Amino acid sequence: MSETLAPLTDPALAGDEELLGALRLGDERAYVALVRRYGALMQRVALGYVRTPAVAEEVVQETWCAVLTGLERFEGRAALKTWIMRILTNRAKTRGQREARSLPFSSLAEHEHDEPAVDPDRFLPADHPRYPGHWAAAPAEWSQTPDERLVAAETRDCIRTAIASLPPRQQVVISLRDVEGWSPEEVCELMDLSENNQRVLLHRARSQVRAELERYLTSEREVAA
Amino acid sequence: MSADAGMSCQELVELVTHYLEDALPAADRARFDAHLAECPWCVEYVAQIARTISAVGASWRDVEAGAGMAELLDLFRGWKRGALA
Repeated sequence: MSETLAPLTDPALAGDEELLGALRLGDERAYVALVRRYGALMQRVALGYVRTPAVAEEVVQETWCAVLTGLERFEGRAALKTWIMRILTNRAKTRGQREARSLPFSSLAEHEHDEPAVDPDRFLPADHPRYPGHWAAAPAEWSQTPDERLVAAETRDCIRTAIASLPPRQQVVISLRDVEGWSPEEVCELMDLSENNQRVLLHRARSQVRAELERYLTSEREVAA
Repeated sequence: MSADAGMSCQELVELVTHYLEDALPAADRARFDAHLAECPWCVEYVAQIARTISAVGASWRDVEAGAGMAELLDLFRGWKRGALA
């Protein structure tokens, strides 16, 4: 790696490696670029573990503090974003556990039952003579919903609410995979998950969000009809 | 149900993520594809999952970081001054 101070041409477009180099040299623009790049994700992931946006914000700040003071020791064995997100999830978890202990009931327990992707009542019973496990009735059709509708502000609100109501680990996995575009390997590394567990969490999360989206899109249709 | 029997709709909806991630063993993948070839309702379901994935990707567009940039900049400047422990 070159030790020369190459000026950052456009921090927003620079790769993490380049930003890391500049950050080590105290370049404020590199820091701002990293905060812009990962700030929203960090806030979202932190909210999966703690109760309020204000506490999540504190966790994000503590994380940047730890990143800056830990820069010297960071050897680059993991990717920068993995390192940052690992610090964040560790802190958020600790904070969440502390909050849970100080409250009479823990609403932060992970409700990760083996919930089916689709309500079992929507399928014919396993002992059905001809079509066991087949759809009992056609699923509501909404896959051809126009893009404008799917990315409309209200639909996005509905999706964010659906994600926010998932158990923490599912929120983190769906955010990293489907919002941030992380690879399965990167998610496994960050969260210490096996490939299969990562997939199971992603599956439950996507299935739940699909169900919420269906409820939202089809109830609107009834109102319109 | 034996391993080489046809896949049911209920089974398919639980395997859709494995399918999309290309993580199904070849035999299950073949059963999955064979089911899709005959079941328009499951085709619709898989299409819905695909739309869900892209809608999730768009859902956080324009959502700003919660923590204020001003506070985070103070943090950085403090670090540069050596004020951060």
